[in-house]
Amino acid sequence: MAAEANPMRSDLGLYDYLPWPNRPKIVWPGNKKIAVWIAPNIEFYEYDPPNNPTRTPWARPNPDVLQYSHRDYGNRAGWQRMMAAMDRAGFRGSVSLNVALCDHHPEIIKACADRGWEFFSHGIYNTRYVYNLDIEQERAIIRDAFETVRKHTGQELAGWLSPALSNNFWTMDILAEAGIQYTCDMFHDDQPMPVKVKSGKLISMPYSLEMNDVIVYNTQKVTPRHYGEIIKRQFDQLYKEGDESGTVMCIPLHPYLVGQPHRIDAFAEAIEYIASHDGVWQTTGREIAEAYHASGAYDAMNAAMSAHNAANATEKGIR
Amino acid sequence: MSMPDNYLEYPARRYGMDHDRYEWSDLFKRKPIAWSNGARIALSIVTHVQHFPLDMPSKPFKAPGALSMPYPDFRYYTNRDYGNRVGIYRVLRLLAEKQLKTSFAINGIIADRYPALVQAVVEGGHEIVAHGLDMGKVHHSGLSEDEENRIIAEALRLLRETSGQKVEGWLSPGRAQGFNTPDLLAKNGVTYSLDWANDDLPYEMRTKVGPIVAMPMAYETDDRVVADEYFQSEADWVQQVKDRFDVLYRESAEYGGRVMSLPLHSWVSGMPYRVEYLREALDYILSHEGVWNAPAGEICAAFRSAG
Repeated sequence: MAAEANPMRSDLGLYDYLPWPNRPKIVWPGNKKIAVWIAPNIEFYEYDPPNNPTRTPWARPNPDVLQYSHRDYGNRAGWQRMMAAMDRAGFRGSVSLNVALCDHHPEIIKACADRGWEFFSHGIYNTRYVYNLDIEQERAIIRDAFETVRKHTGQELAGWLSPALSNNFWTMDILAEAGIQYTCDMFHDDQPMPVKVKSGKLISMPYSLEMNDVIVYNTQKVTPRHYGEIIKRQFDQLYKEGDESGTVMCIPLHPYLVGQPHRIDAFAEAIEYIASHDGVWQTTGREIAEAYHASGAYDAMNAAMSAHNAANATEKGIR
Repeated sequence: MSMPDNYLEYPARRYGMDHDRYEWSDLFKRKPIAWSNGARIALSIVTHVQHFPLDMPSKPFKAPGALSMPYPDFRYYTNRDYGNRVGIYRVLRLLAEKQLKTSFAINGIIADRYPALVQAVVEGGHEIVAHGLDMGKVHHSGLSEDEENRIIAEALRLLRETSGQKVEGWLSPGRAQGFNTPDLLAKNGVTYSLDWANDDLPYEMRTKVGPIVAMPMAYETDDRVVADEYFQSEADWVQQVKDRFDVLYRESAEYGGRVMSLPLHSWVSGMPYRVEYLREALDYILSHEGVWNAPAGEICAAFRSAG
């Protein structure tokens, strides 16, 4: 009965198809070829979180001290190494922030703010998911995030990555309605793309699963030096393609992983390699979103998708 | 559908940690530690010595390395036991050759089953650390305080009686603890544990009966984790150990003494094809000036007297 009332969908329905060749050209400020942004996930995982029927926070019963302490390493030791490496290569961070961290560790927030880093929201805690929330409850989380980041940093949130990448079908609509400009939750493109929302304008910002150290280290289980290699290769290709139209490369990080002593140097070397190239825009999520609108790319991509849809429909009619 | 209101309430959302065991602290802003002999790095080698019972329970979770084939699992029962019969003696021989004094984290039941093993470790000049009772007895909050206390007391009793050492160090099977574990450990005379993976230096944790020290132990360069969870090669393991050492060594010049931990397993690094990689890792570390090797308990004592 429940399944009939709330059937599963076969499609997200949040974006239209647009082939990679022959898209409208993206021109980045200063005619840079590639926008490179680094998104450290500065997170707080709870010691004794409540359960969510869809996802249990820890594999072991609370307290899962090994996993909890492994995450906590990032906030005691890892973030400093990560930040030093980014400072040396001239990168500001766009912080994917569990906003409760403003309360727990204001010292980390201050160090980021002092460097002009952007804060975007990664929910309240990484152990609180939006699964099974109703829409008003999820709106309360968005309000909390806006208020907390404003209070502690003076910044107005522009970006969003759902906590632990948990989402509901309405999530994108209520983010746009609240004034969020970009989401990092979708991985379907190497360029920013408009998202279909009920109100406002929302951009899907290229984030990345495969450059993300949590995927690299905890899922793919690659070595630190190989991580350095794939960052460089990903950059080389997108840099080359940036001759034709502006590209985006994101490196999502977790200080508890990349900030380990045996991993930091390979990462540091890779981002220094990136920074050593001409035509690289070392930027933030917010700045990319602003440039995407200011350059007309948002409207041009929307128009291109509509045209592609129309052509597709005509062809289907002929068939 | 909706979640109960308290899913959006955050009772521990406050300055610092969301529990009372320890304060938040920034590794790079602490008063630098000067190891007593002027060393830059305290090298803490901890070899796990483990017994995986054939009938180990799978609830509430299995410790890593647990038997995984249908009962009776001849395959992994014997493979893990290989470490106790053969592998550990290769590790001991190499450590003796390098004149290293280290820690061995031993399941208490090993003292009952293989007292000769415990004697060999003691005669090698190493420290015995209690590694719980056996790998089937994981610590978790589903245990009553009495049940958990019995396991801890029994493990310590067996190891203390057999080794003649005080046995003040602790490593839980699977590094798993319940809410009460630090209190019960301290109550039983344990002064430090190796379970928490959140630091590169020792720090103090609160218990109901006084402080206990959390000693650093690397999680992701543990030989078993690299071999058995990441499926990376021995050469990759050595490279990561060297890289880890290099960064800690470099930091020690500016920020004071660091601890380089090297967690080993007798059934992993004690394999014939792996033990020479362990030699390579040790040779690399020991080729540097200012490396002080000591059992974890001595490093813990040095931390306490430095504070």
